[in-house]
Amino acid sequence: MRVWLSQDAAARALGADAVAAALRREAAARGVALDLVRTGSHGMVWLEPLLEIAGPHGRMAFGPMTPADVPALFERPAAHPRALGPTQSLDWMARQTRLTFARCGINDPLDLSAYEAAGGLAGLRKALAMPPAEVVRAVTESGLRGRGGAGFPAGIKWKTAAGAAAAQKYVVCNADEGDSGTFADRMLIEGDPFCLIEGMAIAGHAIGATRGYVYLRSEYPDAIGILTRALAVARSEGVLGPQVLGRGAAFDIELRIGAGAYVCGEETSLLNSIEGLRPVVRAKPPLPAIEGLFGRPTVVNNVITLASVPVILDRGADFYRDFGIGRSRGTIPLQLAGNVRRGGLFEAAFGLTLAEIVDDLAGGTASGRPVKAVQVGGPLGAYFPRALFDTPFGYEEYAGRDGLIGHAGIVVFDDSVDMLAQARFAMEFCAIESCGKCTPCRVGAVRGVETIDRIARGDAAARSLLAELCDTMKYGSLCALGGFTPYPVMSALAHFPQDFDRAREAAE
Amino acid sequence: MPSTSVVNGARIRAIIAEHAGREGPLLPILLAIQEEWGHLPREALPVVAEALNLTRAEVFGVASFYHDLREAPPGRHVLRLCRAEACQAVGAAALAEAAQARLGIGWGETTADGAVTLEPVFCLGLCACGPAALVDGRPVGRLDALGLDALLAEVR
Ligand SMILES: Cc1cc2nc3c(=O)[nH]c(=O)nc-3n(C[C@H](O)[C@H](O)[C@H](O)COP(=O)(O)O)c2cc1C
Ligand code: SF4
Ligand code: FES
Repeated sequence: MRVWLSQDAAARALGADAVAAALRREAAARGVALDLVRTGSHGMVWLEPLLEIAGPHGRMAFGPMTPADVPALFERPAAHPRALGPTQSLDWMARQTRLTFARCGINDPLDLSAYEAAGGLAGLRKALAMPPAEVVRAVTESGLRGRGGAGFPAGIKWKTAAGAAAAQKYVVCNADEGDSGTFADRMLIEGDPFCLIEGMAIAGHAIGATRGYVYLRSEYPDAIGILTRALAVARSEGVLGPQVLGRGAAFDIELRIGAGAYVCGEETSLLNSIEGLRPVVRAKPPLPAIEGLFGRPTVVNNVITLASVPVILDRGADFYRDFGIGRSRGTIPLQLAGNVRRGGLFEAAFGLTLAEIVDDLAGGTASGRPVKAVQVGGPLGAYFPRALFDTPFGYEEYAGRDGLIGHAGIVVFDDSVDMLAQARFAMEFCAIESCGKCTPCRVGAVRGVETIDRIARGDAAARSLLAELCDTMKYGSLCALGGFTPYPVMSALAHFPQDFDRAREAAE
Repeated sequence: MPSTSVVNGARIRAIIAEHAGREGPLLPILLAIQEEWGHLPREALPVVAEALNLTRAEVFGVASFYHDLREAPPGRHVLRLCRAEACQAVGAAALAEAAQARLGIGWGETTADGAVTLEPVFCLGLCACGPAALVDGRPVGRLDALGLDALLAEVR
């Protein structure tokens, strides 16, 4: 009997390994030959551990599974209490546009032939048959923008690096994924690592780089293990090495592990970290595309940006660009997190409203209480009240409402949340993670915590002080850590002023 | 993993030699030393500085920057609890309080019996199944006070 079972860290966190052990025990006891394939996740975290068996209409899904649910699987699977039906017909799957995550959750992530059979390497093969400038043009025309947060057009960055003359250039993948509420990078690396490797090899060909780095955070031990092994497979199978796929130039990738600093996700801090320098943020210019790693031309891109490149090369820039709205082209892996009934990853064309995402896809809160606030875009993203739930998911659309989509994390809070506490946390986080280079960030964040504490004690005058402080941080900070921390703080104050109305303490 | 900080200079030099050929070897070396001793023994820093032709201040400036790099050895088990927003939305703050009360320690501290070190972490990418934790590197989701007791009973 063949069984597919997710080994994604979220599935393991919910007991997938115990389910695997129960499967082996039960199969052995029944004398059934078990062919257990551990896969990545389909992204339906609320159904993890999710398991599949072959059925008449494709794979049949079962979940969430516990070890106690395993024996019945060997009896009449169709009548199993956890039977969900054919995986691809599940509402969550059928409604997605899976371009970047097309293969995630389906195969053993280290099985290169399964990767190829599912369409992998087609983009790289096409790219290698094209002149580098054509590859850059395809990425530009696809409209792909950076998925790490800033939304800079990928093709323009590539063109700059391609045009810079140097003996050595680099492709650096930013897999630091520090934003709370985000896990798309982790899921892709754990579920389809060759897709990232393929995207980086295409970038190497496009800009003329022979070396790549993946900077992966230490908080992701499972992803570190899988990517390490995937790189070894890619090397031994000739996807990486002196001649990519036997016809391209040399390209190889080295994995670097972070050490728990949020600011190292900022691209220049990340470059300093790889170089072994104190990872403070560098002033720009020079742009990393011209003077990046070790002073050489370097493309720094997020995991999802790079992993979206193979499908663009394979199916064409127009195909990708035809999805989306306005200047937000293609698809975006939405990550539904926090207090939600259905949490997980949902890849869709840009344009869904926040109401569709939170009420429909996520199904409201796990607690069953009303949704009060949604933080979009990580710890530097704004808190949106229900009044803004008509905002369509897109870069400009969120910016137009003093928010940002960031890395597309969507964190839902029910009505028990205290928005003053959330604003305080935003300042506290900035104070903890500041690289210390500029005063408005380093000192401002500490002052911010104190000022919010004054408001909490009933000092209403401190509100205008907080607004001034946020202004100083916004305009006086070198990077978005200090510059954007005002978003969560000021959105909490603007949209939820009642949470900042505290009675003066009795002592006063 | 020896818990005392008896630092073996030869072993440190071997670790340095393993990574010396890489571009930017400093952070991988510091992480490898911590992997071996559980923390960064203070005595190791000058050895690294000398080998890489850096000043002690440069090495210390890097080592002191990162939250992961510890100055003191951790307990036999490390419990890393997520403190970030998605986990806050499902009760991470109360869970953290419960953990501190059960263990009788604060963030970054180790229980007197040397069994458990409690560390904060800002997101584990398990944000759709929080509150999340890493117990000696193993991911745990939807952790509550009961689950915490079971985990602590397991490791103590
Ligand atoms: C404080 C801070 C943290 C960041 N963290 C990340 C991160 O974890 N991952 C990421 O891809 N980009 C992060 N960024 C954005 C990067 O600086 C950079 O814009 C990005 O890696 C470029 O790749 P992209 O164009 O493909 O998005 C961060 C920026 C700042 C200011
Ligand atoms: S804003 Fe903060 S994190 Fe960014 S460079 Fe300035 S001090 Fe460093
Ligand atoms: S916020 Fe806790 S795991 Fe992401």
